[in-house]
Amino acid sequence: MKKNFWLTIGFQIAAVILALLFTTLVLLMAGAPPIQAYVSIIKGTFSSLEDIGNVLSAWAPLLLTTAGVLITFAAGLWNIGIEGQVVIGAIFTTGALRLLQDSSMPPGMILVLGFLAGMLGGALWGSLAGVLKTFGGVNEIFGGLGLNFVATAITIYLIFGPWKRPGIASLSGTLVFPNQLWLPTVPVAGFSPWALGLGLLVILIVYLLLRGTLFGLRLKAVGKNIRAAYSLGVPTWQYMMFAFLLCGAFAGLAGAVQVTGVYHRLTPGISSGYGFLGLLVAMLINYQAIWAAPIALFYAALNIGGIQLPILLKLDSSLSGVLQGVLVLFVLLVEGARQRLFEKR
Amino acid sequence: MQTSDILVGLAGVLFSAGPIMFAVIGETITERAGIINLSMNGTILLAAMGGFAAAVSTGSLLMGFVAGALIGAFIALIVAFSSITLHQSQVAVGYVLAFLCLNLSYFLGHNYIGVAGPRLNAVAIPLLSQIPVLGILFFNQDVMTYLSFVIIFVAWFWIYRTRPGLMLRGIGERPAAAYVRGANVNRLRYIYTVIGGAIAGLAGPIFSLSVKAGWAGPLTGLDGFGWIALSITIFGGWNPFRAAFGVYLFSFLQWLGLILQPAFPGIPTQVLQVAPFPLMILTLLLVNIGNAEWMERTLAAMPEKSRRVAIRLLRAMRASPPGSLGVPFENE
Repeated sequence: MKKNFWLTIGFQIAAVILALLFTTLVLLMAGAPPIQAYVSIIKGTFSSLEDIGNVLSAWAPLLLTTAGVLITFAAGLWNIGIEGQVVIGAIFTTGALRLLQDSSMPPGMILVLGFLAGMLGGALWGSLAGVLKTFGGVNEIFGGLGLNFVATAITIYLIFGPWKRPGIASLSGTLVFPNQLWLPTVPVAGFSPWALGLGLLVILIVYLLLRGTLFGLRLKAVGKNIRAAYSLGVPTWQYMMFAFLLCGAFAGLAGAVQVTGVYHRLTPGISSGYGFLGLLVAMLINYQAIWAAPIALFYAALNIGGIQLPILLKLDSSLSGVLQGVLVLFVLLVEGARQRLFEKR
Repeated sequence: MQTSDILVGLAGVLFSAGPIMFAVIGETITERAGIINLSMNGTILLAAMGGFAAAVSTGSLLMGFVAGALIGAFIALIVAFSSITLHQSQVAVGYVLAFLCLNLSYFLGHNYIGVAGPRLNAVAIPLLSQIPVLGILFFNQDVMTYLSFVIIFVAWFWIYRTRPGLMLRGIGERPAAAYVRGANVNRLRYIYTVIGGAIAGLAGPIFSLSVKAGWAGPLTGLDGFGWIALSITIFGGWNPFRAAFGVYLFSFLQWLGLILQPAFPGIPTQVLQVAPFPLMILTLLLVNIGNAEWMERTLAAMPEKSRRVAIRLLRAMRASPPGSLGVPFENE
């Protein structure tokens, strides 16, 4: 047992080294100085309070999407539609804020309602993928992908149509909300402790849900072997549906955070790819919720660290994405190699 | 709009369907062998960038297409290796590759943004291009568009009319039975995944050297086509003819969205261009709903006459995936 543990650790370290080697090779191919590029990514994450604040601002929605897909993965579902669920959540939040901003309601109350609306929107979009899967037999990957495109189209329609800015409508988004409808942030660092608290709370809930409850156990049973779960009396389609709803609700919260804490309006790129990134984080931690917080923080840091690359080294900021992807790829490959070499029947 | 404008527009529909056709036929062949290559979106982007870079630096269009096919084949090889040899989830590895290759294309392509590159020209086929209507539609295109017509028939013929094609269907449908009959299931799966990846890889340079010539990073606007191709593969029911119908339908709807734009000035172009997606979901629903369990129960409860009609309708639309799609094969 103990030997196995160290073996696993050794292989994981090997995966990280391979990922770094690959990325270095890519940098050399692009004619870029590798060391300087890595240094610039690291510096970009905590050389000022503002940088740290940006990382924390990115961490919050990523925690929420990761928490969401941990639920659907537990049920054996590939909820690739989470990206659209974030978007629809953001739309619902924006809608609620627009509706209530001129009312006499206190701003705090409006924000709370906005978050609830976001949850509702995300859950609604998640349930669409769920209905397609459970009643229509449409694979959740393809239903979800289609719904992602539709969600983006709805955003663009709203920005150019009913919610367009007075004067000229543009891809930069809707009119910015008044200050009192922004999530309060820490001065200088500029991140919202509310958003971060929410993200950490949700990931904790998911951890406890999957680890210590009958619901979590049954959900995992559905994911591992749906027929066995069914014959043991687990209402399988209801559980799958509920996983979609819950994941959608968390994704919707991420959308609400993006609207109220980051952009303060609706933009075409409101989801910032956090849904897709959440899937990647969940895969990297092998679907174990306990590792979600630190790895999501690391991925958020990579996102922010890459922003400086175009200015400092004339490199594209997608280097962060290369690192994020290649890490997961090598972890999967090396894990496969370990199983093949050491777990022969 | 005049008749000649419509004809030119329809010829454009066939032209812009070209790259998606290669992606869909490639994926159809791969999935027929029982492997899902979910990396398509990244494959197309990286092959588009790599193909463009190769064509610019060698000055040869041919090298651009060769590079695209090689990139597609290599990515498919990673999918095959990780799923067949290492027993990792095909969907997981494919998804990661889609993400990774998209970012790789943007990163490595940074220096090629805005660079002027070669472009594939149309070659009218003598005599045939003079035929009224058909000439403009089919015989006044570029080489890759002609190939996109040909590949539909080649793929269909291979899958349904040859002995190796029979084996291909066998290893995707019932690998154990194919194995007993002497097929080296896993080796064949490797081969077909790589061939399918190479064909799909051609989609990239067809975009960057012809349909959307040039490289502009994320603004090239290729992100999303891979996911579309994967959906059309399902819509096509793993049959090249039906898949081709799906590709042309999609391309036609995008064109329709474009020309209907002036009629709906309130709706931005971007919205009409995604109009095919809800339709795609709907068709996926129609294609799959016959497989749903509650549907069978509903059908059983129907009166005899209407049931027969309903069953015939569902059968016509239904597409069942290869029996062992995504399932690893162990020879005991």
